[in-house]
Amino acid sequence: MSDTLSKIEKRTAYILILPAVFLVFSIILFPIFANVWISFKEVGLKDIRIPEPRAKKIVKSIKDNPDQLKVIYKLRNSSLILEIRDVKFQDKLPKNIKPINLDERCRVKSNKIYCEFGNWEAKYKENFQILLKSSDGKELNKKELKTIKPKLTGKSDNILLNTNFTLKNFKKVFFQNEFFELLSTTFYYTFFGTIGSIVFGILTAQLVNQKFFGRTFMRSVLLFPYVGPVVALAYTWELLLDPYSGTLNNLLMNFQVIQEPLNLLGQKYLTVNFFGFDLKLRLALTTVIIFEIWRYFPLAFLFILARLQAVPKELYEAAEVDGAGPLQKFINITLPQITAVISILFMIRFIWNFNKFEDIFLLTGGASGTRTLPINVYEQGFTISDIGMGSAVSIVIVALLLIFMFIYFKLIGKRADEN
Amino acid sequence: MKTKSLIYYALISSIFLFSLVSIWKILVTLQGIELKNFNFAIIITLGIAISLLNTLIGDKLNYIIKSTFFALIFTFIDGYIVQLMPVWYNIGIFGILIFFSLKINKYNQKYLATEHSSQIVVFDFLTLFGIVLFSFVILFPFYMMLITSFKTQATLLINPLDFSINFNQDFKALFKSYFVIFDTYKFGRYILISTFVSVGTVIVTLLFAIPAAYAVARLNFFGKNFLSTSILIIYMFPAIVLVIPLYTVFSQLGLRNSVGGLLIVYTATTLPVAIYMLQGYFRSIPKELEEAAIMDKLNWFGIIIKIILPLSIPAISSVALYVFMIAWNEFLFSLMFLDNPNSFTLSRAIQYLSGDAETPRQYLMAGSVVVTIPVLLIFVYFEKYLVSGLTAGSVKG
Repeated sequence: MSDTLSKIEKRTAYILILPAVFLVFSIILFPIFANVWISFKEVGLKDIRIPEPRAKKIVKSIKDNPDQLKVIYKLRNSSLILEIRDVKFQDKLPKNIKPINLDERCRVKSNKIYCEFGNWEAKYKENFQILLKSSDGKELNKKELKTIKPKLTGKSDNILLNTNFTLKNFKKVFFQNEFFELLSTTFYYTFFGTIGSIVFGILTAQLVNQKFFGRTFMRSVLLFPYVGPVVALAYTWELLLDPYSGTLNNLLMNFQVIQEPLNLLGQKYLTVNFFGFDLKLRLALTTVIIFEIWRYFPLAFLFILARLQAVPKELYEAAEVDGAGPLQKFINITLPQITAVISILFMIRFIWNFNKFEDIFLLTGGASGTRTLPINVYEQGFTISDIGMGSAVSIVIVALLLIFMFIYFKLIGKRADEN
Repeated sequence: MKTKSLIYYALISSIFLFSLVSIWKILVTLQGIELKNFNFAIIITLGIAISLLNTLIGDKLNYIIKSTFFALIFTFIDGYIVQLMPVWYNIGIFGILIFFSLKINKYNQKYLATEHSSQIVVFDFLTLFGIVLFSFVILFPFYMMLITSFKTQATLLINPLDFSINFNQDFKALFKSYFVIFDTYKFGRYILISTFVSVGTVIVTLLFAIPAAYAVARLNFFGKNFLSTSILIIYMFPAIVLVIPLYTVFSQLGLRNSVGGLLIVYTATTLPVAIYMLQGYFRSIPKELEEAAIMDKLNWFGIIIKIILPLSIPAISSVALYVFMIAWNEFLFSLMFLDNPNSFTLSRAIQYLSGDAETPRQYLMAGSVVVTIPVLLIFVYFEKYLVSGLTAGSVKG
């Protein structure tokens, strides 16, 4: 009895999860594996279009001969690279029409013309003609002929499905792509973005955890940058930071903080004189990191605030009795209470910042020293149109991600053991 | 009274005052008033003087009289002696000073003599300072977005600092950018598409996620543990590594430029987090309820519809709002999959607008306002639900 019940339970469970699993598998897991496949191939953006045999039908009447019509099919192979094999052609004729002097590749069967054109090489073109004659002496209807569309079929190789593999893409990724520059930029961006958002998260959580007028309003406002659409916010910042007509530069110049406008998003290095030393600061990258912090500290804030509100009040009261000041309370009570949250946040944000694409893409497009790995995927795949290269960079990202996740789950496991 | 506390208090409060006044001055400058200097030295000196006087006077004067007195002195020196300023500027300064004097009122000699008073003073003012600064830094871009959408290209180029809006012009002229983006750039259509895609994603995601989450939360089956851990791992994979294969496959299947294709991708990318959030909630529902239902010979469909759904409205709303927000704000896939202006979403349409260097910035900002307002309104209105969604789903973003 219970055996059949558990069988029913299992079957029900599989029915319930199947749609979700199928969708996630086909849209998320399949592409990740497909990346591996594509990364070992030389594929450009133009190669991914499947070659198609195409025909454009033109109907012409013949002078001096009103009961005949000429039909011209402009045949071509849509691909510039691949051939199409066994091209078959089919077109229907209105009832009262018969072809004359038909091309030898074709035959007629019950009002239909069938042709076999054999193989078409890449860029193949042909103007194929048929003469038509009315079989019952009635006038030929040009319009009716035109509206019938010919059907063409053919076999072709899908460049993605053949088994020619190459290591070229990976060689290029590591040796011709300024790989270490890319990697260091990505880590710089990820690390400082993560640290910054956590620091501001702690500060703001500490703020909102106190009682003051307008506290709930403040909490909503703090989440605005995260909730707002990235496109709108990135363009607003771009206008704000514009060197000539941007508000920030004009304000700073107006109050004589700077003498010359700063091209915050378009300048790779800013040389700062610091006690006689010339320091080179990555200006555009820093700006992008600041945007990143501005947009994502709300998440850290939310997490840390939730943790802070769970800290028992007695701890603080006891500390007060012992004569601890605010600073001691923060260091000895608050910080230890939130270290767990912070370490988890750090890992999660690190992984996510590592993969951030939209923010940098919209602000600088990867120019002026802000090219990170995700930006490089887009550039390789869609700007340079080298799909294989793009996939190879994706594979590098996935590999690094797996390493991060391994560390992350190790740490979480360790923490779970401790508790 | 400890001298150390007094010095700390005087310094930090005057710096706080300076930051308040400076923000006011920035806002005033943006109304086209010429102000070239923050007058750091003068404001700090005045601030220190007021703070010290405040402690010195203590409770000997009624606090209202004291505050008004400080405010009047400061306003007079700042707005008439240092630089002659318009009345409304001075009213603002007066208000700031009243606020400031009321805040410092409690720091009398007795207070400054207590233990840790120097630290407490610093913490108090840092809190105030933080509130003012964070509000300003966060709200300013939104403020700029809104104002710019009401300006014209010419005035923006002549004086980028002039944020004043002429309310005397007629309605049509004031909202010109909005009329243009709706008439010329078909933003009405994009709003519909964005709404359709986002709402569609919410519905389809819930349809797929609720049964799956129920199975993970309640039923025993082979591979259950594997499934629930892989949900989180899958969720960590970023969109950027999916883009190239999806692009190629969608191109070959003819799904690019179709709103349906976008909907499938959005659903798949939000499903893991939806399942994760829902199963957590389903676990918290007492099992006895379902056992009773099984006695009544309800099948799983009946259990989900009649018992689970009514009890999990809050969790489902959280998931729905969170998924809506993700789908509405999504940019990468809409950039990759849509290149026909007839099937753009709002985000893609704005990016397309900005691609043309000729597009005046006020149109761009009007578009940004249009895409931002719905999300912010929904967020403010349903904040409770969204915050719990954000907290649960914030492994991503």
